[in-house]
Amino acid sequence: MNTFKQHSILPGFNLALGFTLLYLSLIVLIPLSAAFIRTAELTWPEFWSIVTTPRVFASYRLTFGASFAAACVNVVFGLLVAWVLVRYHFPGKKLVDALVDLPFALPTAVAGIALTALYAGNGWIGQFLEPLGIKVAFTPIGIFVALTFIGLPFVVRTVQPVLEDIESELEEAAATLGANRWQTFTRVIFPAIFPALMTGFALAFARAIGEYGSVIFIAGNMPMISEITPLLIVTKLEQYDYAGATALSVVMLVISFILLLIINLLQWWSRRRSTIT
Amino acid sequence: MVEPTPQYYYLRTTMSTITFPASGETFRQRATQEPAWVRRSLIGLALAFLTLFLFIPLISVFYEAFKKGAEVYFAAITDPDAVSAIKLTLTVAAIAVPLNLVFGVAAAWAIAKFEFRGKNLLITLIDLPFSVSPVVSGLIYVLVFGLQGWLGPWLAEHDLKIIFAVPGIVLATVFVTVPFIARELIPLMQAQGTEEEEAAVVLGASGWQTFYQITLPNIKWGLLYGAILCNARAMGEFGAVSVVSGHIRGSTNTMPLHVEILYNEYNFAAAFAVASLLALLALVTLALKTLIEFRNKPHQKSRGHE
Repeated sequence: MNTFKQHSILPGFNLALGFTLLYLSLIVLIPLSAAFIRTAELTWPEFWSIVTTPRVFASYRLTFGASFAAACVNVVFGLLVAWVLVRYHFPGKKLVDALVDLPFALPTAVAGIALTALYAGNGWIGQFLEPLGIKVAFTPIGIFVALTFIGLPFVVRTVQPVLEDIESELEEAAATLGANRWQTFTRVIFPAIFPALMTGFALAFARAIGEYGSVIFIAGNMPMISEITPLLIVTKLEQYDYAGATALSVVMLVISFILLLIINLLQWWSRRRSTIT
Repeated sequence: MVEPTPQYYYLRTTMSTITFPASGETFRQRATQEPAWVRRSLIGLALAFLTLFLFIPLISVFYEAFKKGAEVYFAAITDPDAVSAIKLTLTVAAIAVPLNLVFGVAAAWAIAKFEFRGKNLLITLIDLPFSVSPVVSGLIYVLVFGLQGWLGPWLAEHDLKIIFAVPGIVLATVFVTVPFIARELIPLMQAQGTEEEEAAVVLGASGWQTFYQITLPNIKWGLLYGAILCNARAMGEFGAVSVVSGHIRGSTNTMPLHVEILYNEYNFAAAFAVASLLALLALVTLALKTLIEFRNKPHQKSRGHE
């Protein structure tokens, strides 16, 4: 253990690290381990039958499908917003830039009821969609809308700094070599921002999978059709089905950890890519 | 401050600029710039998307809140249940934010000022609550402190209530906001290095003196920034708090939970009235955040040139 820490003349290492580890253990690690230890009380077939019933399966499909679709939309429009904010000037730009973070700051319940009111049949947006036969509120499309709102800042905020750092010399070199703007974008700029774009996608996707507050108001919450996995956990808990709720939450936790690992790898890749160019 | 004009950008680069007169434009187009119509349509498209997904939902909160008049609005936010929800939300944030502030400073001190093994693992563990679903965050506390939980029987014996009571709400809120301040401070303190603190220690300052007189002034803006974001999440958390609260009106209802109850009772005007307070909190948070970023920009830039 004598190589655990490099020598330093600064004091307070033991106190700071000790407190950090104690706090993390009490608040995060021990409670999280409870989910795994309680699930371990189930036998494997019991666990498997809980997490693969048709109703649960439908909720996975909905949660992942809507999260994936929302993250894809956020990649396209997040890149567009980041591009416009970094490259162009227009009135009110600073205000728009500040408001991009709104989904981080706005409580999810508020976002949920606001989106529901907007997309309901008599809402500001819903009244135009309803005659076209498009129902958004209380359907899976509503879930997609809520998740798009929630994930909006992630891609913008991961791509924006990378786009700011691209040296104009690279683009100038491409132009002198005869590339038009589209070629410069696809061959020079896009490869440079691609890791950041993927990181933003993964962050938005990970956030969307666990999202609860904004979704439950707009979803309609019909079993098999518009019931997301986090809601199913709450439902099981309200029926005092602790084993079922815990087993499902372990599935969600394992997926979250895998996504966290992927995000860390993507960020590492992104940093490496940006230091090379 | 005067915005740099397009001409300024044009004049800045000379060597590789291919110029040709663009019709109807007061300046000439650079080869590394899109034609005006492309620029305008991209700006238009981005603003249309943001209007649809951000601005309209935000405006609609205030519109729905005041739809039935100011009287209904003020009646809704001065209702005793609403007032007790506001008080509880403020109390929970007043406990959760300072706790995570102390944790954030301690974690950042250990991680940024020292080299030790397993540092990256520790950073990942601090980030963990961000990747856990809010519902699961609440559930794990039920598993520890609930009646069926590990400590449940012992707590019941001693007549202590954590789940479906205020302590549970505080714990769940602390869990979801653990990373905010730490992840703001770690990169900041890493970038600042250890030279200043080492100089102070060499000159005979004690550990606390070094922290208060050297480190704290250097990190105060980062600290404030993290605390503001942490506070916004603490006051707005819904999923985790919903699982542990028990929804007892006037006693374990935070503002977001009160919004849900009112909404489910079809009392939309009141629900949006309370929601508008939370939306206001979000706007104040964004304003302060932008202000701090603006204040710190020149400082960061000068660092970049060092």
